[in-house]
Amino acid sequence: MAGEVLYWQALNRALDAELAADDAVFVLGEDVGLYGGSYRVTEGLYARYGEWRLRDTPISEGGFTGLGVGAALVGMRPVVEIMTINFALLALDAIINMAAKIPFMSGGQFPMPLVVRMPGGVAKQLAAQHSQRLEQTLMNVPGLRIAVPATPQDAWWQLRQAIRSDEPIILLEHELLYFSKGPLDETAEAPPMHRASCRRAGPDLTIVAYSRMVDLSLRAAARLAEQGIEAEVIDLRSLRPVDWDTCAESLKRTHRLLVVEEDSRFAGAGAEIVAGLTERCFFDLDAAPERVAGRELPIAFNASLEAASIPRPSDIVAAGKKLCAR
Amino acid sequence: MESRTLRALLHDMLLARAFEERAAEEYTRGNIAGFLHLYPGEEAVAVGVLHAAEPSDYIVSTYREHVHALVRGIPPGVLMAELFGRKDGCSGGLGGSMHLFDRERRFMGGYAIVGETFPVAAGIGYAVAMRQLPEAVICFFGDGAVNQGTFHEALNMTALWQLPVLFVCENNRYQIGTEIHRHSAVAEVYKRACGYRIPAHRVDGMDVLAVHEATQAALAEIRGGNGPQFLEFETYRFRGHSMADPGLYRSKVEVQSFEQEDPITVAIAETVPAYPSQEQIAAAGPDSIARLSEHLNDAGHLSTDQLEAMKAEIGRIVEQAVEFAANSPEPTMADAVAALECNRGTEVLI
Repeated sequence: MAGEVLYWQALNRALDAELAADDAVFVLGEDVGLYGGSYRVTEGLYARYGEWRLRDTPISEGGFTGLGVGAALVGMRPVVEIMTINFALLALDAIINMAAKIPFMSGGQFPMPLVVRMPGGVAKQLAAQHSQRLEQTLMNVPGLRIAVPATPQDAWWQLRQAIRSDEPIILLEHELLYFSKGPLDETAEAPPMHRASCRRAGPDLTIVAYSRMVDLSLRAAARLAEQGIEAEVIDLRSLRPVDWDTCAESLKRTHRLLVVEEDSRFAGAGAEIVAGLTERCFFDLDAAPERVAGRELPIAFNASLEAASIPRPSDIVAAGKKLCAR
Repeated sequence: MESRTLRALLHDMLLARAFEERAAEEYTRGNIAGFLHLYPGEEAVAVGVLHAAEPSDYIVSTYREHVHALVRGIPPGVLMAELFGRKDGCSGGLGGSMHLFDRERRFMGGYAIVGETFPVAAGIGYAVAMRQLPEAVICFFGDGAVNQGTFHEALNMTALWQLPVLFVCENNRYQIGTEIHRHSAVAEVYKRACGYRIPAHRVDGMDVLAVHEATQAALAEIRGGNGPQFLEFETYRFRGHSMADPGLYRSKVEVQSFEQEDPITVAIAETVPAYPSQEQIAAAGPDSIARLSEHLNDAGHLSTDQLEAMKAEIGRIVEQAVEFAANSPEPTMADAVAALECNRGTEVLI
């Protein structure tokens, strides 16, 4: 039943399934049509569905994301691909000022079935302007939902759920995950789109992570286990809303919290997660929560500096040991 | 033009002027707060354009959009209630003066970030084109908006894909307080559309008949499958940018010269002949009464009395609108949350 696929293939199949299921779905973005997508996510779909449903756009992120907003207002289901999150800075007016607010400021009159997909995060030596992490900016916007699939299975489920939802949803993908492999069961029933998932059980501490940091946390947990520390790893799968209950239940068992984020530390996603869980679980905690996060630097082009600017498994291991020593 | 249409144009211009002047009064009374951008002086544009549109067309507008909404058919009371921030307003009191929406009338919103109307209109146009429907999207914007990137991005995309969008520039010569020759390298706005192969015309925006005619022609082109069209209407706002703006950057002479071109005065001159009063007519004898009556009926013009009656009726409409707004309840926090989650349905998030 479940075959192994690459992350981009799971997204590709999800788009194919939804394009086939509903004529209102269309994809737009730079090179999504004839070219098949910079990360192959739309490969083969242009030939199948034609130019109106796989629309190659000019390099006009603000314009075509806003075009998606307009189309969503009249019941279309646009899936906007922003080639990388770095270009989304040019589309933030459409996302934040329009998509997130129109249903509200119209008094609840209009649907906003808009999906904006974009890879965010640090890849390999793409330098400062192409290594953006914007989760904290988008998390602070009431009216938006943010999914962060870390596996092909979640990519398949969450993209399909996002397209079917009538609310504006950002799908934060990761450039280094597109060619990662994992099982995909197309027939399995999806959990709710924003529910967190426990990827590894353990009684000694809870590591909360998302996107690519889940994989790093699992690797760190394996190394911690060699040293006698069994960590529970929770994949948030969503940054807005956050599944607090799943995290809190874990903390009731482990009493220790470590949050891992690729985002920079100051006012990053981890700050909200630590604050939210401390408010809920203060008396369950045996130690102050720890964060492993990106450094307060733009990302350097130099490979060693780049690697040292974001969390590595060794950083997570060190933080886990420190936390458990208290 | 049919007399019925002529009378309707004049009626809506008078209603627009009365509504906006009353909104200004209610602002000074404290019943309306925040930013309030008024339309007096520009009525011929909204009225001429929207009377040429079909109910199935979509309207996308700016933050100076009360009159667009009014002419589109949103009841004056519902509009005034929105300006008052009340629950019975067209956006439930959550949008306010700059964010008027009415799904039923395809009034797709007032947008308060300059330049947002372009991509929204392009997106609706994309949906219309994809579904191959005979509808058009009317996109309003001011002369200041044409220097935003979204203007160029949207013109390019609508021309590239031949989307059914009518771009309507309300060129009132000022972007807030900066005169057009100080904000635009090319002050003839319509010329910019030529750079994207979009047919464009410059029209006297103080003449409602000229506006109406140009819009009809442009919409016919769009419905004929000829892609986007562009109209620049030269107009003028008699007031400042908003109620917070005394407009000191404009000379009195300039304002006065445009006030002499008041589109309402122009429209009245075109529909109400400067004929003598009833007393003068009576004094002139029965023959002339008969001749004049015949002329009025044939041409469909409006008599001075009819004009006064129309104005009185409009006064009552505006009074009732204010009363409706004042009696409407405030929206609750539950209403606000419901609006934010209006599209969730039965979806379970976690």
